[in-house]
Amino acid sequence: MRQNRTGWIFLSPSLIILFIVGMLPFFYIMYVGFFDWNVFSVSRGLHYSGLDNYRRLVFDKDFLKSLELTIKFAAYAILFQLLIGYFLANMLAIDFPGKSIFRIIHTIPLMIAPLAVGATWRLLTIPGLGPVPFYLDRWLGFDYRISANADQAFWTTVIMDVWHWTPFVTLTMLAGLVSLPQEPMEQALVDGANRLQVFWYVKLPLLRPVILSTVFIRLMDALRTVDEVWMLTGGGPGAATRYTGLHIWRIVFPKTDYGYGAATSLLTLYFTIVLSWLLYTAIGQQRRGGAS
Amino acid sequence: MIVISARSRVELFDRPNFIIHSFFEENYTNIIYDSTFRGYMFNSVIVATCNALLVTILALLATYALSRWRLTGADNIFFWTITNRMAPPAVFLLPLFLMFTKWFKIGDWTLFDTRTGLILLYCVFNLPFSIWVLQGMIDGIPVELDEAAMVDGAGTGMILRRIIIPLAAPGLAITAILSWIFAWNEYLFAATLTSVHARTITTGLAEFVTVTGTNWGEMAAVATLTLIPSLAFISFVQRYIVMGLTFGAVKE
Repeated sequence: MRQNRTGWIFLSPSLIILFIVGMLPFFYIMYVGFFDWNVFSVSRGLHYSGLDNYRRLVFDKDFLKSLELTIKFAAYAILFQLLIGYFLANMLAIDFPGKSIFRIIHTIPLMIAPLAVGATWRLLTIPGLGPVPFYLDRWLGFDYRISANADQAFWTTVIMDVWHWTPFVTLTMLAGLVSLPQEPMEQALVDGANRLQVFWYVKLPLLRPVILSTVFIRLMDALRTVDEVWMLTGGGPGAATRYTGLHIWRIVFPKTDYGYGAATSLLTLYFTIVLSWLLYTAIGQQRRGGAS
Repeated sequence: MIVISARSRVELFDRPNFIIHSFFEENYTNIIYDSTFRGYMFNSVIVATCNALLVTILALLATYALSRWRLTGADNIFFWTITNRMAPPAVFLLPLFLMFTKWFKIGDWTLFDTRTGLILLYCVFNLPFSIWVLQGMIDGIPVELDEAAMVDGAGTGMILRRIIIPLAAPGLAITAILSWIFAWNEYLFAATLTSVHARTITTGLAEFVTVTGTNWGEMAAVATLTLIPSLAFISFVQRYIVMGLTFGAVKE
């Protein structure tokens, strides 16, 4: 290949910036994670406590619960996004009147600031005032109280996330669908496979890299969702929607238990990295496997 | 949201429905004639635009390097860049705050409450994303084109200008626009790391949630206004998005 030096020169500005704004805070967090630093020790400053924060973390039921909730939230949200996104992408791949307008309209949720998404959904679902509880009660007799029912709050956040991010999935799916080669599908149909078989054995494997990359990006963002859920439910009722991002936020800000917060977020970060690395290697294998 | 923005405060809580009876302009005029909000808007435009430009240029250089040179550990560097995006933001506020106010202090000048600070900061989550998106585009351009140009005596700068940039244009457009939108919509860091001069429009949005109640009408009006530029962009580049968003997963 060409001289390596030029390559590094091109790469270095990005690496330097990412190092300054990404890695320096990260090292500081690692350092703080070994200290006992909370509201009671403000005057004394940092107090070295070794691995105490991490020991606490392993037995912290709140943290484990929030992690479990986050995973559940991410799994459901991504599953529905993939299903709806695939369906919509198929719709957009064929022609129908008003397609170009629909293409623009369906991306609107993606453009709204997460904070505004949360605010809008909150207004829609305020018990007693918002239109959603009002009509659910009037038409279906369904008692919808986001601030009292944990399950409903959980599903509302999932639906909000689906609403917000499905357009993104649709776009990537559409990109995948458009670039699919047509011959294997036709070949399979000629060989006497039915539509379901064609979908399962031919189309899905071909789409797999796209699906995996989409899941990769979505998983990464779903695991660190804060703004929207904070605005919609504030983590409540109780701790029903207190996802890890919010959990850390609560440790750090109202409680100012900083050392512990640092340890928690580091663990969450490692967890995310490991999950993503598994997905990433899966994508890599797909790419290499497909190329040969 | 648009419906809410068209209602007066009394109308809003009167009866839930989705029909606009009359357009209540006050929500909009209140904001447009408010010079603070014009300032926020201006800051947001500057920050988002500079960030998008910076990120796109850096990501182009970085992905070009990653794709064309056999650098040691390139695969790991590529993954490392994306890990920057995974961090839970809440806890990183303190080191960033310290960094902005203390670590990078030159005389009286700090990064805190400056547009430069925000522009740099937004690279943390925009740069990895852009590198991720562009990588596929650049990998998709055949190396033979580069080699042919080199044989004809073109330097690296020339190759970049004449071959890579035109061919990767859809990808560049989509990274620039998505970076712009992400920077425009970011709230948490903007709220913490600015105070007066560099406030952005999303932090203004949160200012409507006050102790005396939330001013839903004006808040929705601001939210609607912030949507307009993004929407304009997206309809503009609709056809590029489909090409750009494949993350290199789709082979040509």
